[in-house]
Amino acid sequence: MLVPLAVGAADIPLAFESEALERRYEVLIEELRCLVCQNQSLADSSADLAQDMRELVHRMLVEGRSDDEVRQFLVDRYGDFVLYDPPLKVSTIALWSAPAIMLLLAILVVARVARSSNKRPPTLNDEEQRILARLRAERD
Amino acid sequence: MVRFALPIIGFILVVALLAVGLTKDPRHVPSPLIGKALPLFELTQLRDRTTITAAHFEGRPRLLNVWASWCVACRTEHPLLVNAAQQKQVEIVGLNYKDNETNAKAWLAKHGDPYATSIFDPDGTLGLDLGVYGVPETFVVDAHGIIRYKHIGPLSADTLKAEVLPLLASLRAEP
Repeated sequence: MLVPLAVGAADIPLAFESEALERRYEVLIEELRCLVCQNQSLADSSADLAQDMRELVHRMLVEGRSDDEVRQFLVDRYGDFVLYDPPLKVSTIALWSAPAIMLLLAILVVARVARSSNKRPPTLNDEEQRILARLRAERD
Repeated sequence: MVRFALPIIGFILVVALLAVGLTKDPRHVPSPLIGKALPLFELTQLRDRTTITAAHFEGRPRLLNVWASWCVACRTEHPLLVNAAQQKQVEIVGLNYKDNETNAKAWLAKHGDPYATSIFDPDGTLGLDLGVYGVPETFVVDAHGIIRYKHIGPLSADTLKAEVLPLLASLRAEP
């Protein structure tokens, strides 16, 4: 495992005409997913495909394409899967709404528990009050 | 009873969700290309270096199979393709992906050539436009050049029989 890691992202140094462009490149390859090793970004992956895709991103940026154009180009070919930050649409509603639903459920549960533990002790009716008084009298 | 019913139902739901998740193949990435036309390309044929374009796919449904001589997994599905082509079950166009001519030709000579023709794509340009990431990949392209199906990884006899061949048959029946 050590060898592929060592020859990873920095395998072939890519040239940029400006630092700003290089920074955009670095941000992009962090947020794009390598499809071969699915839990790595293009920046982390040492797979051949990731190398190709990094070169592609580099080439497109040097050609003057915008970040969105680069993202769209890859999404058109590989699908939303290539983005670590998938767009909100019908197929991703469950993904995006899950945290909010979980939070809502948690609030409901906490509220229920808080309410039930907050209940005042029940008041005694006249009969019970008399028994209580008698018991107290007996104790004294 | 109600006190315990809710957590138990919740627990069962979570287990069910995780169980379904485990049966899914994370490598199965839905292709955005399904239902779209084959990307335009102009490449050469491996066999005789003559030009081939997307127009080649007009007229009847075909398989487009991405292969390479360096691709180990391709050898797994190759006998299946050779057999299907011999029995005239399907017309297969190969996409020789990121390969070199000598190795590719030697590989076909050794393992058999099921391809009506192979598109020679040494730089992977068409492969990129097709979103290829796990060779072998197999596409079903209909008579109008529209991509109707994509399979990533080696085709199994079951997949071929249960998914690919029936799809081809229904495409042949389409106007």
